[in-house]
Amino acid sequence: MEIVSTVFMIIGGLFYLLGGLGILRMPDTFDRIQAGTKATTLGAFSLLIGITFAHPDWWLKILLIIIFIVLANPIGSSVLAKAAYLSFEKPSNLVTDELEDVFGGDTND
Amino acid sequence: MKYVATFLVLFVIYILLAGWVIDELILGAVIALILTLIIAKYVDYKIDYLLPYRLLVFIVVYIPVFLWQLVLSNLNVARRVLSIDIPVNPGFVKIKTELKGDFAKLILANSITLTPGTLSVDVKGDTLYIHTIDVKGSSIEENTEHISAVFERILGVVFK
Repeated sequence: MEIVSTVFMIIGGLFYLLGGLGILRMPDTFDRIQAGTKATTLGAFSLLIGITFAHPDWWLKILLIIIFIVLANPIGSSVLAKAAYLSFEKPSNLVTDELEDVFGGDTND
Repeated sequence: MKYVATFLVLFVIYILLAGWVIDELILGAVIALILTLIIAKYVDYKIDYLLPYRLLVFIVVYIPVFLWQLVLSNLNVARRVLSIDIPVNPGFVKIKTELKGDFAKLILANSITLTPGTLSVDVKGDTLYIHTIDVKGSSIEENTEHISAVFERILGVVFK
């Protein structure tokens, strides 16, 4: 049990590490947000599952925490992405930009 | 009916977090009651006899698919992050959804955010605006097929 718990926690930590690397290495804001969101969500899952194996009687609370994370994490990143789109110059490497017709394209230059 | 359902959900969440003790039961009931009076007019859900079936589809079909996609998306991020020059081909694309309710759209948008290479940025009516690391299709239909078709089908059953 102890070993399973530790393995899950280490995997969680590795995903967090990947998320951090992603935020550091990705070329533009939106790719960074993507790397951060996905890695931290699965990282948190894995960490919390590890805790469940160490303390089986906490599973209901941990389930609740997981539900809140999976609802709140993507919403947060969507809002961040929208704010970034509205506030800053768009990254130069975009292939297509169909968001432009919503916000009028006046955020660029 | 709406008040009762809201109260029960809040109360159960409180009890799950606080534990099954008599003090907490009383305090939880009071807090749930106050919160119910404040937020009940904003909640909007319908309860019908198909609910157990939908819940079953949600748990048995949606959650495994979602978790699998989450793992895939993390491996995808890992592959990109660990490669020497990061392969990106990013862009913003539109996709259409058939789903109607706000909650259904929220779940769809969240699922899209946590699937490989995509991030939902905005929702306007039945159109979702997605940032994707790797642009594949060139039309709305193609992009919808690539990005959301899987979840769309499952959530279409869950939220009718």
